[in-house]
Order: sequence, then structure tokens, then C-alpha cells
Amino acid sequence: MSTVPMDAGRNSASGAPGPTWRERLARISPILILAPSLAASFVYIFVFTIWTLYISLSNSSLLPSYGFIGLDNYVSLWSNRRWNIAYSNLFFFSAFYIVGAMGIGLLLAILIDQRVRGEAIWRTIFLYPLAVSFIVTGTVWSWLYNPTDGIQMLVRSLGWTHFNFALASDRSTAIYAIIITGIWQSSGFAMALFLAGLRSVDQDLIKAAQIDGASTFRTYRRVILPIISPIFLAVAVVQIQFAIKTFDLVAALTRGGPGISTTFPAIYVYDLMFQRGQIGEGAAAAMMMLAALAVVLVPYALFVVWRHRRESRP
Amino acid sequence: MSSLNIRNLRKSFGAVEVLKGINIEARTGEFIALVGPSGCGKSTLLAMIAGLESVSEGEIRIGDRLVNSVAPKDRDIAMVFQSYALYPTMTVRENITFGMESRGVPKPQRDEAVKRVAALLQIEPLLKRKPGQLSGGQRQRVAMGRALVRDPKLFLFDEPLSNLDAKLRVDMRTEIKKLHHRVGKTTVYVTHDQVEAMTLASRIAVMHQGQVQQFDEPQVVYDRPANMFVAGFMGSPAMNFIPATLTTDAEGKPAVSFKATGGTAVLTLQDGISPGAAGRDVILGVRPEHIFRYSHELKASKKSIASVDAPVEMVEPTGAETIGLMRFGELEVTGRFDPDEAPRMGETITLGIDMSHACLFDPVTRNLI
Amino acid sequence: MTDATIAAVHDREAAAASRRHFVSRTIIYALLTIFAVIYLAPLLILVFNSFREQPEIAQNGLIAFPRSFQLKAWAEAWSTYCIGGTCEGMRRNFLNSLWMAVPATILSTLLGAMNGYVLSKWRFKGSEVLFTLMLLGVFMPGQIALMPWAFLLGKVGLTNSTYGLILIHVVQGISFTTLFCRNYYVSIPDDLIKAARIDGAGFWRIFRKIILPLSPPILIVTVIWQFTGIWNEYLFGVVFTSGREQPITAALVALTASGTNVRAYDVMSAAVLIGALPPLLVYFLGGKYFVRGLTQGAIK
Ligand SMILES: Nc1ncnc2c1ncn2[C@@H]1O[C@H](COP(=O)(O)OP(=O)(O)OP(=O)(O)O)[C@@H](O)[C@H]1O
Ligand SMILES: [Mg+2]
Repeated sequence: MSTVPMDAGRNSASGAPGPTWRERLARISPILILAPSLAASFVYIFVFTIWTLYISLSNSSLLPSYGFIGLDNYVSLWSNRRWNIAYSNLFFFSAFYIVGAMGIGLLLAILIDQRVRGEAIWRTIFLYPLAVSFIVTGTVWSWLYNPTDGIQMLVRSLGWTHFNFALASDRSTAIYAIIITGIWQSSGFAMALFLAGLRSVDQDLIKAAQIDGASTFRTYRRVILPIISPIFLAVAVVQIQFAIKTFDLVAALTRGGPGISTTFPAIYVYDLMFQRGQIGEGAAAAMMMLAALAVVLVPYALFVVWRHRRESRP
Repeated sequence: MSSLNIRNLRKSFGAVEVLKGINIEARTGEFIALVGPSGCGKSTLLAMIAGLESVSEGEIRIGDRLVNSVAPKDRDIAMVFQSYALYPTMTVRENITFGMESRGVPKPQRDEAVKRVAALLQIEPLLKRKPGQLSGGQRQRVAMGRALVRDPKLFLFDEPLSNLDAKLRVDMRTEIKKLHHRVGKTTVYVTHDQVEAMTLASRIAVMHQGQVQQFDEPQVVYDRPANMFVAGFMGSPAMNFIPATLTTDAEGKPAVSFKATGGTAVLTLQDGISPGAAGRDVILGVRPEHIFRYSHELKASKKSIASVDAPVEMVEPTGAETIGLMRFGELEVTGRFDPDEAPRMGETITLGIDMSHACLFDPVTRNLI
Repeated sequence: MTDATIAAVHDREAAAASRRHFVSRTIIYALLTIFAVIYLAPLLILVFNSFREQPEIAQNGLIAFPRSFQLKAWAEAWSTYCIGGTCEGMRRNFLNSLWMAVPATILSTLLGAMNGYVLSKWRFKGSEVLFTLMLLGVFMPGQIALMPWAFLLGKVGLTNSTYGLILIHVVQGISFTTLFCRNYYVSIPDDLIKAARIDGAGFWRIFRKIILPLSPPILIVTVIWQFTGIWNEYLFGVVFTSGREQPITAALVALTASGTNVRAYDVMSAAVLIGALPPLLVYFLGGKYFVRGLTQGAIK
């Protein structure tokens, strides 16, 4: 660890000349560099959060106003059926989306890890959706789900004339359309992280397992996967964040419909704030999103700190 | 004249005091070795001399200048790091000249200096390579080159050889010694290899828990260690410590007695040593090379040899010598034997102990008596 | 057993092993191919349809091999297609996105690199705490910041302007870029910095001569992450800009939502591809380094 002897000047009582302005500048430049970013981050993270919190407790409607009304906005929010659907959609979506993306990501990573030819090509194919926006993905998939032009039409034109595939246009299944599309978009990312994890496993360990007579499957299950278990957690946390913040995917794919069946908190916040002019309740909904994130991230952060402490202990 | 003078130097990281009042003075041209176990504060001390860590209390003078608050670049020092710290994106030449470049030395002069150093260290063919393309030994040379090119008042080395394999380490050790003879610059050399310290240094500072335990010439540190820590740290295999009591021998001379396997052993102390009243508890320190197979010829040629009977528990031949483990009552004692007269396992051997080299320590203060 | 029978047994075992090997290889490649088709299909469909004629798409559906060919859709999507009244195609929005993403990426990367340098190599009392606080920005949902941003942008007169979006993306990006760079820089040995200080180099010289030359791997990651993230961002684009000032993501949603009559899939495909092209290009050029860099230090 390099520490700057910033207090070095204190001992300069005898002899040595005081620092020149250049030296003084050099000494404070680390802080000067950091200051603007710190200030901006501080405002963004704390001031904005507290501001929104305050608005959520105020009687703001079309414009922000600062009449304090306590938890009324939250009460009204939670008594709204649409919000309840949005919140439960979020959990339903997150669960399937995360498990799906991680499962497929892991499968792809393991497949590629079998010393396949053209590894770089496979990797590129599976990862490129990461570079594309949810808007693009959502748009294309909405076409594919469209019964008159998309997959249903294709299958019917192949001869199965009664084939039905209208995931996105049915209230009860539209959420699966979003889940599938989400998995398509981000399983490549999970694959990349898992693959990196698999590659970081000490090759001698794998050789030792082979000498012990373990099958490939067994080697993965008992030796390799336990070693890369921290990666599972990291991937999951990244995906959960995607899931909670996702606005674009739903906006491009179903726009919350049919009806209100695929409303998500992110969509609802936007609606309240900018379509219906209920800023106060919108802010309350945004705070609830932050709460959902905190529920996931705070335990994770504590866990990481705990693990760090445990490892750094001699 | 002294070229490095450290007085009462203290260093704390937060509440932890890492250096607790260090006093070291190096005469011009001297080669000082700092030795001590891991974590005793050697690197911290060196970093403070270099100006990389601030001083909590005390004084550091280089030449006659107080440098406590002088920036590293203005201290006129050069340092070689254990990790070499070669700039990976620069060629060997750029690595060596980076310091001069930073100081605005003109190019012709830089080229001249590189030439000189490269010739001195025989690294001319490497100048265009990057550190990643060098072997460990070559990197070490380049790191030395970077220090040498500056012609500073003071050289600082932080375990410069510990990343090399055993053979290379011995070769480089010799080279450093030669270099020092040729260049003649005051050097502070951190190592935890006591052989390196013994062979290179004009004086050794043995550190432990943030304090200098002894600061003296290598042979003095070895023969008359100031305390049991120094005695145990310097020398391999380590010095044997035998709890004993002061008495007098049959002729009434001062002696020590302790329980050996056959009964009580009484060893006469060297003439002229009177460490205190009979009955006082002491710790007898004997280095393994002063324990050998007893013979009457030896005794006849050297008066200070005492004898003890002991069963041999284990024998470890190393080629040049054979290490034997003998039982003294409840203790195990190590001896170094000529392979020709090495004991066999299970044998009970009569050992000669050269009492002229024995040390006595106070069991409470653990200091040399 | 005679030698011959032993050899025969060996042969049989070897044959069985190689058959098993063959079967497992086949399964592996079959699975990979199936997934590859699923991953590539949407992109291929887009590319095909952008060159197919609309009547042919209407007749054969979206998912079909091209039986017609035209370039018209691209030209139309780029410069003449009408979205909500204005008929300027995507060009203007494309340029908006470019003017937003490039400066915001450069600025946030630069700030991140310098912050990371300070936080890893010039630590001071409390710098770890500051770093942790900055990290929180990574987790902030944008929705929390919507109202405050709206207010602030209104105050400084940057609503409905690309500069406003640049400001937002730089501020929100600092946390990521700082995190990436710091985590990468901590793995650069401190001895290097110490050696440079003894060599007489100061804060800036060490940054320029030692840190920056070592930085390309992480700068590539940061640039790709920031550029694709900012280019692809939709929420702030749609909230804080409208019409001609919108970035391309917002324009795409407007475009695909506007077709009440027969959907012009050919033009829309071209438009969507135009919107996807820059990040795809960045990814194909630097993707190799991205994965490597990401796993080297960014994600820890
Ligand atoms: N920046 C720091 N903050 C807190 N404690 C430190 C710091 N640097 C060193 N220490 C502590 O100071 C003590 C001395 O460290 P130092 O590196 O000087 O040991 P050393 O003698 O060089 O050991 P080694 O032989 O392992 O290199 C150690 O206990 C170490 O944990
Ligand atoms: Mg050290």
C-alpha cells in the first residue's frame, strides 16, 4: 500500500526549506482531481435520493410542491391494483429471468469449455446481444411474437395450420415473452463470466480429479462448480439489477400490455410521473424500487464484506 | 563522516507502532545489512529512509542534511526493490534512463550513463527489450542498473535477491559484493537471509519487533550475540540453548551444570569468565559447530573443551557435513560433524563442547551475560 | 488369456471409448448449433427484412429467406421516413446519439481513470470510504433520479438538449468507470510507483508515463461499457428530450409504435439496424478485449 506522506511537512522544523507552490500543488492534486467527481456523485446519490424521498412524502402532483402529507402517497400506491401487479410481476420476472439466464449461461460456458473448435466464434455469437439495446431486442422479438407476421405464421405456413403461438398478446402469457427475451439478451453475459471462472480453475485440480477417476460430469459438479461459486453470486447480483431497473425491454416489447398484465414498477413510475402527473406517488413508487434493490444488495454487500474480512484474517 | 544517521526513529500505522526508536549510523562507504524476521519493520525502515513513508518521530540524516520532509526524488538515493519494480511498458534502456529523464538530464549525457552502467553490469544486449522478455537474473541486473546509473549518495536494497533461485542468488551476491567494492557507495541492504548479511555487510543491524537488537560487525554479532533472539536468528542450524546452573567444577573453577542423559553434566567455563555467584540460573548457548566427537588429542590441544555423553537420536547427512541430533535429558541438541567422524543413530557418543565459544544468557532478561 | 485376446479386448475398449467420444462431441456441437441459431436468428431476420420488399414480407411473413432485394428501405429509414409528423428518418436521431455517446464516454472514462489512479495509488485518510460511497452510484436505479434531474436540467436550461443527456450520463457513469479503473489499478504493484517517485516523477508524470501505458486493457472495457450503455439508454432519452432532439433509442420506439396501418417492416428493420450498428461495431472490434478485461479486474 502506498501512502502519501502528506504530513511530512510537519517535521521540517530544522533546516529544510518549506515546500514551493509547485510541491504544494502536487500534494493536493489527488484531492483536486477527485473533488468534482465526488461532489457530483454525492449530489447524484444522496441529494437526489433524499429529494425524491421528500417528494414522495409531499403533495406534489403535476409539479413538485412541498406540502408534507406523510405516507399518503405510499398508501395510495399500495392500494392500487396496477402497482400490486407491477410489483409481483417484478418478482416473478426476476426469478425466472435470473435462473434462466444463469442456467443457459452456465450450460453454454460448459459446452464451450469442452475444447470446442472455433471457440471465439461461438463466444461472439452468444455475447453479441449484450451490445444491442433492450429497445432493439424488444422490437425484434415483439415482431417474432406477433401472431400474424412472426413465429406463428412461419409454423402455420409450414403446414401446421392450427399452430398457436401468441405469447405476447395473451394476458396470462405475456410475461413469459418478456422473460424469454430477457434471457436471450443476457445469458451471453452470464456465459462470459462463467467461462472466465471456469478458465481460472487450476488445471492441476482437474487433472487430479481425472486421476481419481471422476467423470466429466462429476468433475464439474464436485470440483469445478464449487470453486467458482462466488461467480454465481456476482452474476446473480448483476442480473437482479438489470431486472429491477428494466424499463426499456418492457417498453419496447409489450408497453405493459396487453391491458396491464406486464406492468413493471419502472414502467409505472414513468407513467405516474410523466403521463398522469402524479409526481408524488411516482416518487413513492421509485422509492419502492430502491427498497427492492436494497433488499437484495444490502445482504450481498454485507456478505462480501464478511467474506473479505474472513479471507484477510491470517 | 557519516553518510546516514538515523536517530530515535519511530513509525506508527494508526495505533500500531511498527518502529520503536531505531538508531543506526552508517559511515561513508559502509555496507549495512538489516536483517530480521518477516514483519519486523525492515521494509518500513527502508521506505522511510527513501522518503516513501512519513516519519512519525525521530530524525533521518543523509550526509549532513536532515531529510525528514524531503521528497524521495531530492534525497539523492537509489533503491532496488524485491519485486524489481521495472516499468513493464518501457524498454530496459528507458527503465534505466527514466529517472534522469524526469530530472531533465540532456540526452547525450543519458546515453553516456546508460553505456557505462550497461557495460558494468553486462546488459548491453538487453537494452532494447522489455522487462517481460527478461529472465529473473536479468531483471535483477536491470534493477541494479537503474539504481547505479544515478550515482547517488546512498543505495537502498530491499531483499533484492530473494526472488532468484539458490544458485543465481549466490552468484549475484558475489557480484553485489564486487560492485560495492568498485563503487564504494554507502549501502543499506535489507535481507532475511543471514548468510547474505554475514557475507556482504560491514555491519549488521538485527531487528526484531520494531527494534534494533544488535548493531555490530558480522563476526561480533555471530560470536557474541547481544541476546537470545539474535543468537537464535543468526546461524543455521540455530544455536543450542541449554538451561543450566552456575557451579564450580572439581578444581573449583567456575562451571555450569545441567541434567544430561547419563546424569548431571558439569562443564568448566573458559578461563577468566566469572558470570556470577554459584546457584544462579543461566542459559548456555552453544553453536552446533562447537559440538563434535570428543577425543583426547583434541582436549590436549585445546584446554577449553568439555565433554558430555549423549545418545544420538537422528543423523542428517548434507554432504559437506553431517548434522546430528543428540539428547540432553529433556532437550535435543544439534551438532555439526565432519562426515568422517559422524555418529550413528542409536549410538551413545561422547561429545566435545568448545566452551571458549559458549555464550551465557540471563534466563529472565534473555540478554548476554 | 493369450496376447491376442488381450489385444482384442483392448481394441474393443478403445473402439467403445472412441464411439463415446464421438457421441459426446456430436451432442456438444449439436447443442451449440441450436443455441447459435436462436441467438443469430433475430439479427439475421432484421438484416434480411431490411433488404426485402414490403409486399413480399407481407406475403411470406417476417421469417423467410429473401426472395426480393431492395436498398430503398435503408435510404428511407436514414433520411425520409416519417415519425410522428416529421419526415427526416433516423439520421438526426442517430447523430444526436453520436454527439451524446462519444463525449459522454470520453469524459466519464477520463474521469474514471484519474479517480481510479488516485483511489488506488494516492490513498489518503478516508479515501476508501469515499470510494465505497461512490460505488453506491452503480446501484442507483435511474427512476430515483428522474425528478431531481428534471428540476436541475430545467434550472440550467438543458432540458430537451443533448448536453443535458451528456451531463446525466457522465455523472451516472463516473461510479462505473471509477470502479473499473480502480480495481484494475490496484493490481499494478505499488513498488512501481515508489520506484518512479525515487526516480523523480511526480503525480502527473507517473500517471502519464507509468499508469496510462498500462491502461489499455481497462480503458477498452470502460469505453465499450460506457459507449454501449449510453448509446442504448432509453429512459432518460425519452423523458428529457422530444422530437428532433431524441436519441435514437427513443426514436425507434416512436417509430415502431407509430404504425397504425400496415407496418413497414422493411424500413423498420433498416431503422432498427441503424440503431444497433454502432454498439455492435464497437463490440465486434473490441469484444475480445472486453471479455478479457472484464474478467481481469472489472468484475470483482
Ligand atoms: N501501510 C501499512 N499500514 C499498516 N501496517 C503496515 C503498513 N505497512 C506495513 N505495516 C506493518 O508493519 C509491519 C512491518 O512491515 P514491513 O513491511 O516493514 O516488514 P518487513 O520486515 O519488511 O517484513 P518482510 O521480511 O516480510 O518484508 C508489519 O507488521 C506490517 O503489517
Ligand atoms: Mg519487506
